[in-house]
Amino acid sequence: MVELTLPKNSKIRTGKTWPKPEGATNLREYKIYRWSPDDGETPSIDTYFVDTDDCGPMVLDALLWIKDKVDPTLTLRRSCREGICGSCAMNIDGTNTLACTKGSDDISGAVKIYPLPHMPVVKDLVPDLTVPYAQLTSIEPYLKTVSPEPAKEWLQSHEDRQKLDGLYECILCFCCQTSCPSYWWNGDRYLGPAVLLQAYRWLIDSRDEATGERLDNLEDPFRLYRCHTIMNCAQTCPKGLNPAKAIAEIKKMMVERHV
Amino acid sequence: MADMRTPLNRVRGLGSTKSGTSHFWAVRVSSAALLPLSLFVIGLVVSLAGSSFAEVRATLGQPLVWVPVMLFILISLEHMRLGMQEVVSDYIHNELVKVTLMMLNSFFVVLVGGICVFSLLKIAFGG
Repeated sequence: MVELTLPKNSKIRTGKTWPKPEGATNLREYKIYRWSPDDGETPSIDTYFVDTDDCGPMVLDALLWIKDKVDPTLTLRRSCREGICGSCAMNIDGTNTLACTKGSDDISGAVKIYPLPHMPVVKDLVPDLTVPYAQLTSIEPYLKTVSPEPAKEWLQSHEDRQKLDGLYECILCFCCQTSCPSYWWNGDRYLGPAVLLQAYRWLIDSRDEATGERLDNLEDPFRLYRCHTIMNCAQTCPKGLNPAKAIAEIKKMMVERHV
Repeated sequence: MADMRTPLNRVRGLGSTKSGTSHFWAVRVSSAALLPLSLFVIGLVVSLAGSSFAEVRATLGQPLVWVPVMLFILISLEHMRLGMQEVVSDYIHNELVKVTLMMLNSFFVVLVGGICVFSLLKIAFGG
């Protein structure tokens, strides 16, 4: 649904400015989105100061430093701290990316951090990703075959395996999904870049035998064709992948079986 | 009323329409056709700048001008209808408003097309 202004309960107010750490010489300002489902307040932006001499280089290091040393109520998801789990996806300095692979030195001025855009917020920097997960389930992201199971394994040539490069690396952080205006406006019906990239990953897998059914499920004015090649997905992907290209390839397959 | 459907139920919704590719393809085909036609029409308008009514009418009446102009009008109207339909699908979420706008979109194109076709026919065959 198109929303040009934030709904009343999402309007952001200026929050608390937390005290500067004592004795620190090098400080970095962090402005962080806060919202709790428990206090009945609207969201706010809290200001924190991080002692950079006492903290690692990445934005995630700073967030954990704040959580450990300043404000233990700051809520965020994180796990691997090395860009492979996708948990710490958030909007940092205006771009969706992973807090663990984004260096704070790459950002000028105060570091502004929000949850992934246009998703319901569970708390602070934790978005509710129920719908994207259900959308991923809907494209059946696993090998589907009819032929009798081979004794050892399903074989794939080196060339066919190479077709999965640039697709299998996706860690499902949903940075691209939540950066897409088409997904913001029609996220209930449009599958979004992350899910369509996964769909294409199974469409071109030479071992999969359900290509036609997969295309049938995708061929829909909303599920696939809300993509207008805006390219925010490719711009924001922290793994350097190109979901827009994967979607274009799906459209080409659709045309190929029509024309 | 709380929505107690499962997330997958909501995402699957009414199912895939198994269509949309012909729309996508029609936009591409009409774009390709409009490329040379637009250049022709721009060239025609430039060459006719400053001409009198009778001269313009006589030029438009020639088959080699009349046919591309007619094609340009019809194809660009269809292209416009397809494009406007996308905009409505993207941004309008109230079902009643959406259906109304889709209808008006088609009506508008047929109306403008009808007027243009009538005018060009009159130029070609009318006295």
